[in-house]
Amino acid sequence: MLREEVLSLLSEASSRGWLMEPQAKEVFRLAGLDVTRFLWTEKIQEAARFASEIGYPVVAKVVSPEVIHKSDVSGVVLGISNDKQLGEAFKAMSTIRGFQGVIVEETVRGTELILGMKLDKQFGPIIMLGTGGTAVEIYKDVAIRMAPLREQDIESMLTSLKARPLLEGYRGAEPISVEALKTMLLAFSSLVMEFENKVESIDLNPVICNASRCVITDARIMLAGR
Amino acid sequence: MTSTRFNNWSAQEGKMDLKRLFKPETMAVIGVSLNNESHPANVIYNKNHLRYQIPVYAVNSKGGLIRGEPVYPKIGDIPAKIDLAIIATKADIVPTVTAECIEAGVGGAVVISGGFSEAGFTDLQDRLVSTAREAGFPFIGPNCLGIFSPFLMDTFFIPGERMVIPRKGKVAMVSQSGGILVDHMAKCALEGVGVSLAVSIGNKALINEIDMLKYLSEDPGTEVITFYLEGFDENEGRAFVLAAATCGKPVIVLKSGRTPAGSNAVKSHTASIAGDYEVFSSVMAQHGVVEATDEYEIVTFAESLSCYKKTINGNIGIITGSGGHGALATDACLSHGLKVPRFSEAEQAELHNSVSPTIKNIASFSNPVDLTGSATDDDFVAAALTLSRNNNIECIIVLLLPYLPGITMDLGARLNFVYQQEGKPIVAYVPHVDKYSMLIDGFTLNNMPVAHTVEDAVHMAEAMRRYRPC
Repeated sequence: MLREEVLSLLSEASSRGWLMEPQAKEVFRLAGLDVTRFLWTEKIQEAARFASEIGYPVVAKVVSPEVIHKSDVSGVVLGISNDKQLGEAFKAMSTIRGFQGVIVEETVRGTELILGMKLDKQFGPIIMLGTGGTAVEIYKDVAIRMAPLREQDIESMLTSLKARPLLEGYRGAEPISVEALKTMLLAFSSLVMEFENKVESIDLNPVICNASRCVITDARIMLAGR
Repeated sequence: MTSTRFNNWSAQEGKMDLKRLFKPETMAVIGVSLNNESHPANVIYNKNHLRYQIPVYAVNSKGGLIRGEPVYPKIGDIPAKIDLAIIATKADIVPTVTAECIEAGVGGAVVISGGFSEAGFTDLQDRLVSTAREAGFPFIGPNCLGIFSPFLMDTFFIPGERMVIPRKGKVAMVSQSGGILVDHMAKCALEGVGVSLAVSIGNKALINEIDMLKYLSEDPGTEVITFYLEGFDENEGRAFVLAAATCGKPVIVLKSGRTPAGSNAVKSHTASIAGDYEVFSSVMAQHGVVEATDEYEIVTFAESLSCYKKTINGNIGIITGSGGHGALATDACLSHGLKVPRFSEAEQAELHNSVSPTIKNIASFSNPVDLTGSATDDDFVAAALTLSRNNNIECIIVLLLPYLPGITMDLGARLNFVYQQEGKPIVAYVPHVDKYSMLIDGFTLNNMPVAHTVEDAVHMAEAMRRYRPC
């Protein structure tokens, strides 16, 4: 059963049809998945205080009910290394349509993956894992499986990716924690089965994996029935 | 899983008994014309009456005589219990005729008539379905060719002499489209693939692919099941793959209508990348359902898997009488994700020791094993035996060139002995020309797959790899 908190996050977003990043991330945090540490605020002072608390560099992202793909409207700034840069990013984003504040979050380094879900008409919930980032639709290096995922599905998804060498530590890089990724995939799979027909699709993009953790740095939930 | 919604899909008709439908002892054809011999009902009546053993009765509300036999006004008038009714009347009276069949205790029906949902008359189809479902009465169609069962019956409205009929065998074929089914049967006949049952399910209003899968998985005459699919209804795909994955027999599918996903900025990346076909293809592979990409592959895969119900990881040993053929086969293996591992010194020495002195020093043993044009049957058998006992090899492809002087027409049957003894799948390539048919029969009649192109031989090996869930 979905937790009450998750159900209310979904129902609050029902008129818009999709959950903005802060609410979407909360859904996954409640389900036990690792999510970046972040603050959602409309006040620059609070943003700066949080940034110094978690330590620069930080990431700033726009929150707007009118913006589904943030990169398309310059709504994502990475590698902000001081208060001044944060202030500039904040100011620029405040002019984006539907501005409802900014997310300030920790910078996580590692390999970018996409973890997604789609409610397929013929097969019900399916799960997609692949090379993440803004170019996912160009490279289309993905593995698709019907949910719920079994252990063997997860193994074969990882094996089938072209980017597999990147996960295993390509050219001197540290390999990612496959255990952390598997744990995330299993938790994600259970969650999407519980969504039943409420959710139409999900993008967790990127999920950043490194030697110690696999963390959701951006999340979008599109609701069904619109 | 806590959710039940996605785990409880199953065919609604799973409890219906399909035995009288597919293995009838009596038949009636409803809608036989008294003056039009080329009416579909007449074609069906005539071919079953003249060529098959099952008693078949004609029905037309006007009554009368056809070929000296009585035409009964209603199905209930026939003085015998009818197992299978073939309904070929006008669409609008099909629900009434079906109700009459139910009342007369008929076991099931094939509804040939068109003019239902495919023509926009969804209400009429719904009425037919609800009549049948209420009574637990199974029917195939509407808008279909129905059932071809070798030596038993044939509801296709195609004159018997126009059909290319495959030999009786172990492959069951199910298709939404009747035309495609007839075509696939012709290809099976050409390739020597035997068919256990062929069914066109048309609009699949009641009995769908999942019902067919369940029936065929329990049919002792069927070892491999093929489907030509146009699309699943909502959530049917899930029920289908779950049933296929657990049915215990290889399932091969060919899908049409691979429309591109189409990128849409408003959609999620996942919805955009995971289009209908990408999902279909991935989910089939995930469950070990073998996807064919064209009409040739479906027959090739069926031939291979009906001989070998095995899964392999993909390590292939190649034996050839010509270096060029070996190289082509290696390329084809690699492009299909199969491996052709190079043999170690010890493995090569073993092969070297097994063959005749004549070729010992001219043959190469690294994989492909090239026995050269001087090889004889004995050399092929010896190499096949050695590779059969090599645990690093899961399947052997033998490229046979019957024009080599040392090769005889007996080699197929001799290689079959090797398979019988060692149990390792052997796939042969022999050029398919009439001149070599005895060699080809040596394989086919002994239940070994034989391909007529090098590429096809590789496909046969690939079928066993794809049968493995991934």
